[in-house]
Amino acid sequence: MVAPTDNPDVIWVEEPEMGFWEATFLPAIVEGLKTTLKHVTNYQPVTQQYPEEKPKLPLHYRGVHRLNRDEKGRVKCVACMLCATACPANCITIEAAAAPPDWPDRDKFPASFVLDELRCIYCGMCEEACPVDAIELTHIYDLTGESRSALMYDKDKLLKVYDETKDDPRDPTRTRRGRLGPAADFSELPTVAPATPITPGDRSAKAESPGIIRPYEGSRDLPE
Amino acid sequence: MPAIVVTLITIAVAVGAVLTTVAYLILLERKLSAWMQDRRGPNRVGPFGIFQPLADGLKFLLKEDVIPSEVDKTLFLLAPTISLFTTLLAFAVVPFGPVDQAPSFLRFIIAPGVDIGIVFIFAVTSLAVYGVILGGWASNNKYSALGSLRASAQVISYEIPLGMSVLGVALLNGTLNLENIARDQAIGGLWAWNIWTQPLAWLIFFTSALAESNRLPFDLSECEQELVGGYHTEYSAMKFALFFLGEYTHVITASFLSVILFFGAWHLPYIATPESAYAGAWLVKVLVILLKVFCVIVLIMMIRWTIPRFRFDQLMNLAWKALIPLSLANMIAVMCVLQFGWNKYWLGAISIGLFFLAGVIGVAAKRAEIRHRPAAIKLVGAHPVPSP
Repeated sequence: MVAPTDNPDVIWVEEPEMGFWEATFLPAIVEGLKTTLKHVTNYQPVTQQYPEEKPKLPLHYRGVHRLNRDEKGRVKCVACMLCATACPANCITIEAAAAPPDWPDRDKFPASFVLDELRCIYCGMCEEACPVDAIELTHIYDLTGESRSALMYDKDKLLKVYDETKDDPRDPTRTRRGRLGPAADFSELPTVAPATPITPGDRSAKAESPGIIRPYEGSRDLPE
Repeated sequence: MPAIVVTLITIAVAVGAVLTTVAYLILLERKLSAWMQDRRGPNRVGPFGIFQPLADGLKFLLKEDVIPSEVDKTLFLLAPTISLFTTLLAFAVVPFGPVDQAPSFLRFIIAPGVDIGIVFIFAVTSLAVYGVILGGWASNNKYSALGSLRASAQVISYEIPLGMSVLGVALLNGTLNLENIARDQAIGGLWAWNIWTQPLAWLIFFTSALAESNRLPFDLSECEQELVGGYHTEYSAMKFALFFLGEYTHVITASFLSVILFFGAWHLPYIATPESAYAGAWLVKVLVILLKVFCVIVLIMMIRWTIPRFRFDQLMNLAWKALIPLSLANMIAVMCVLQFGWNKYWLGAISIGLFFLAGVIGVAAKRAEIRHRPAAIKLVGAHPVPSP
């Protein structure tokens, strides 16, 4: 262990001497009261009035799941079980079945897909694991149900979430890896903005693809 | 009108007004603290949340009243009632208007002509600490017990400067009767307000009153970060509300005392003087004293959100090393002025002088302490320094 007084990074600070006015407390109290009063006279509340004002969530917000549909309106999922395997909370239960004969592009499809929204920890690992971009997390955060069973989301409910959110600009089909999957005919996917709002001067805004931040190579000094 | 009816009306008006005011003071405090912290405060029950106190009261009445199994039941139930009862009792001798110009149906003081008014108030309000101590002790909870221990030490310490700061006023006015102190100041006019002769005493009184009513920055008996909730951790529903009412009534009484003793009670030059005889003059005078009290309460609330809570040793230092010697010196100054017949306005200058003297002593003590503090020991070679 480095002794504190030997370490060049340690700056040894002595307690400053108290001046006369400090010792009497009063000026500091008056100064403090002025600050307090300023907040009352110059009242600028920052509270968000929730039910009336909705929060602007960042783009990477992870809310309720959805099961995406492909361009033919079928469920995109190919019942590969990768999401159920990746899930740290074990909240996904998939029963696979052989795909119908008129679905030549895949072998399996989910006969049942049940996701327990109460068990889920909304980590988004299912979304990352999915090879065909079938499961994604949306911006829906106000999830309520009258019973536990009402929050066991099955395939129909998850597809309904997709139908509700697919036109929301904040919930595009986000992951790109699914382009290589067998069940997708998409050649172009929407470019997703950076996860958090950024100022034009930010280096992430100047990146070739906004949202990708490369290791910084410039000077570490702060710009003037 | 028979005296008994007038007394009953006065009691009903005073107690009713105090309890309603407490309810709305809590709303005001919540609103003010919200404004000071750039929030909005309660705004859901009625316009601007004005029905919030009603909702709160209803909630207090309807909530489950938990009595933990291992508590001392008698004391547990007794404690909140003591807390509220004593603070309300103290209000009995506080004149809340011009007592000698009262209308026939009202009296502006519940118990008139109590010649030991100030002593009575201090005797009764210091009993309020029994509510805190018994509540904390009976709860059978170590945090409650610690909170009540702190409260007892704090209240006993601050009782001394509180009493001694008021003694100066009592000596100057030659009476302990609050009605007479109020009347003397009103007759003497603006320059007879005791604040001009006893500014230091007011400062001491105000600080000690904050400590007595367990308000921030002196609310060590219930500081959430260290003691969960302090002495009222185990209390719920209406029993908790009684503690709360007691605390706020204490604040109101202390504000009234502050105004009556130092700021001329209901007197205001040109508007509310003893000679003003226009119709409804008594109402104006009541409004004047209420306005003054309101200002003091708002000041107390502002201080709550301005000054952080004291550490316990700082609290004790402030009482024993600053307030008690200062109030003693102030009292001796008053005695000298009265004994040698000097002009009493010298006391204002003496107060300021004492204040500066205290500041100088504080600086000198701190400097001496720093000078004699052992220097930091260089630990070169004491520990092996790993090469980077």
